[in-house]
Amino acid sequence: MDSRDNMYVTFKLDEEYCAFPIENVISIEKIQARTRVPNSPNFLEGVINLRGDVIALINLRKKLGIPEIPLDKDTRVIIVNCGDIAAGIIVDASSEVMEIDDSKIDDAQLTEENKNHNYIKGIGKTDTGIITILKVEEIFKN
Amino acid sequence: MDIDINQYLSIFVEESKEHLQLMNDVMLELEKNPDDLDHVNEIFRVAHTLKGMSGTMGFQNMATLTHQMENLLQAVRSHEKDLTNDIVDILFECFDELEAYVEHIVEEGVEQDSINKELLAKIEKSLNGEVAVEKNETKEEVKAEPKKSGLVVDEYVLDLVQKAKSESLNIYEIKFVLEETTMLKAARAFIIFNALEEEGEIIFSEPTTEDIEDEKFDREFSVLYVTVKDQTSLEEILNSISEVEKIVINEYNLPETQAAEKVETKQRAKIEEKVTTKKAEIEIKQETTKEKVVKPKENNGGAPKIAKTVRVDIDRLDNLMNLVSELIIIKTRMDGIAIENQVKNSMTETIEYLDRITSNLHDAVMKVRMVPIERVFNRFPRLVRDLSRDLNKDIKLEMSGEETEVDRTIIDEIGDPLIHLIRNSLDHGIELPEKRVALGKSAEGTVILKAYPDGNNVVIEVADDGAGINTEIIKAKAIEKGIATEEEIRYMNDEDAVMLLFRAGFSTADTISDVSGRGVGLDVVKSKIESINGSIEVDTKMGKGSKFIIRIPLTLAIIQALMVKLGDEIYAIPLNSVTEITTIEKQLINKVQGQEVVVFRENTIPVVRLGKILGVSDTREEESDEYLVVIVNKGEKQAGIIVDELIVQQEIVIKSLGSYLNTIKHMSGATILGDGSISLIVDVNSLI
Repeated sequence: MDSRDNMYVTFKLDEEYCAFPIENVISIEKIQARTRVPNSPNFLEGVINLRGDVIALINLRKKLGIPEIPLDKDTRVIIVNCGDIAAGIIVDASSEVMEIDDSKIDDAQLTEENKNHNYIKGIGKTDTGIITILKVEEIFKN
Repeated sequence: MDIDINQYLSIFVEESKEHLQLMNDVMLELEKNPDDLDHVNEIFRVAHTLKGMSGTMGFQNMATLTHQMENLLQAVRSHEKDLTNDIVDILFECFDELEAYVEHIVEEGVEQDSINKELLAKIEKSLNGEVAVEKNETKEEVKAEPKKSGLVVDEYVLDLVQKAKSESLNIYEIKFVLEETTMLKAARAFIIFNALEEEGEIIFSEPTTEDIEDEKFDREFSVLYVTVKDQTSLEEILNSISEVEKIVINEYNLPETQAAEKVETKQRAKIEEKVTTKKAEIEIKQETTKEKVVKPKENNGGAPKIAKTVRVDIDRLDNLMNLVSELIIIKTRMDGIAIENQVKNSMTETIEYLDRITSNLHDAVMKVRMVPIERVFNRFPRLVRDLSRDLNKDIKLEMSGEETEVDRTIIDEIGDPLIHLIRNSLDHGIELPEKRVALGKSAEGTVILKAYPDGNNVVIEVADDGAGINTEIIKAKAIEKGIATEEEIRYMNDEDAVMLLFRAGFSTADTISDVSGRGVGLDVVKSKIESINGSIEVDTKMGKGSKFIIRIPLTLAIIQALMVKLGDEIYAIPLNSVTEITTIEKQLINKVQGQEVVVFRENTIPVVRLGKILGVSDTREEESDEYLVVIVNKGEKQAGIIVDELIVQQEIVIKSLGSYLNTIKHMSGATILGDGSISLIVDVNSLI
């Protein structure tokens, strides 16, 4: 068993806690100077220089249709990758890395009206509350 | 020999490819000048080298085929056979087959098991009945590498024996029986051969040396050996070799044979040379032996140049290039810091020095990565030859500028588009000979492939003197295929109509031929070229021919760029597309069909408000009466880009926007500025 199995990087988004599987996460960065990309989708917050690589930033609030808040000192960029694509996901604040056993993860039981249900991989139940586990590959889809 | 061949495999493949390329070139030359025996000699030499190489690597099929090629070529060069078209065709077939062998080896690491029996039979057939040829071939064989098969010692060996006798050299028939426990029989045999060849010459072996090399023998083998040594000293030498169970040495007596005068002198010299030769290593020995054969015969035959080169893995070069890129970024950053802090002269000087070094370093690394475009071009003569035959057309290919150098990565990308364009020219461009004559043209069509450097670009042109492109047909097709609307077509000029060819789903070939029209259209060509930051345009005249002009950057990694400001944002415009920078009074800009244009140097060129296109909110273009305009070009076309401010011209390292962003319009990449921030690179081609 890989020690990284069942490990998730959790973060805060709006009033909820969400998570990415740790195997998708490269690093967590503070928000830094970014360059606007013309003619790009609105959720694309620009590009940053991450140690010599150009990384696109996706504002998760905008992507999921949650009202925007100003970026501040708590704002974090979670650099994730999926396949050969890497991008930074802007979230309200990052939390911690935690283990959630597969048995504690339920399928997303959402109504069809919830337009974001494609993004959800499952719902993790932990001692501190419920965590929505997101699919990186869906977030990368335009 | 029981060595690990894998480590030599890549060298073998590389060298084989080079030799095959040479063979291909020479064969095409030969086809043009069938009387030129130098070419035959050259091909023979290459075939021979390939045989030696493949034999060493244990690739038997390849060795067999090259061996047969040698036979055939020998027949030609000894005037036993005329060089007919049939023979040339067979040679080309052999070449294809050899290429296939090498490809197979590249993919599988081993030789394919089957050999093209048909081809061998063909060679056999064209050689048939040529006894004298066989004889000559044998001579070549024995001299080159002492190997010849057959239980019966053939005429030539007898001839050699006789010569040796007449020179009072000793000839022995030596039989070796290796110990049963011998592990590396081939290696052991080689040691024996080696020892023998230091003192004389093995003129015949049973089984053949090839088989011995491959351990295709049990424990015994016999040789015919010519030497100045007597039997006792010979025994002495041979007994010192371990793992040999038994050695039987007998003096060899031959039946009467007749000998050709001309062989004599040459052969005597050969043997003498041999006797005095002391070479420790078998490989080297084989090489030198080969050369000995070749040299006296081909003094005038233009020996290949041997350059001092090192083969380097392209990954290592890429790595080196990346490091240089990093260095340039940090240098730019130091520039920035120096300016900001208004540092003292000594610092500026130091930075300038660093600047020079990094530039030179960059150039040097670039040069290492550059290869002549010949690498791509050299497969085209064959392509044109074969295709024009298939199409029953008479087509001549003229190439120039093969020495033009481009980045290795570009070489890899440009081949397919060029093949496509050449096929197009042959298939759709050049007319059938009868039609050409009827049109008052020469029956022979011409395709011109030309490469030349143009600033930071390399231009490749594929031109033909064929029918040209009928824009009316293209327009009709475009509507029929739903690629363009009638509305769109109506106001379309010829130039734009030709560009319809490059839209997806377009193919004018009415019949799907083998040559083109496989459903892959020019749109693929265009996107491929654009993927390496290149551009393509067409110049065509009905009845006169067409010319496809491809422009590709010399390098993909580091370019000179003009940094401009739009509002607060900084963008990079590749300098190779900038022709000049000027100011234009606002009132001189007119609107033609909704497009803003300005007359600049007697040309009407479109004006591009880059700030608007890129959605920059606070451009300052309205602040004065003049616009600051960067004139850019794409081939013949020009446009004026309005910018707010010019910052600096600098070297930038192109970074990909990554696969997530690679479809962003008008942007071809990004670069990292001195302060660590990112600036996007404007895709000028998309703006014109």
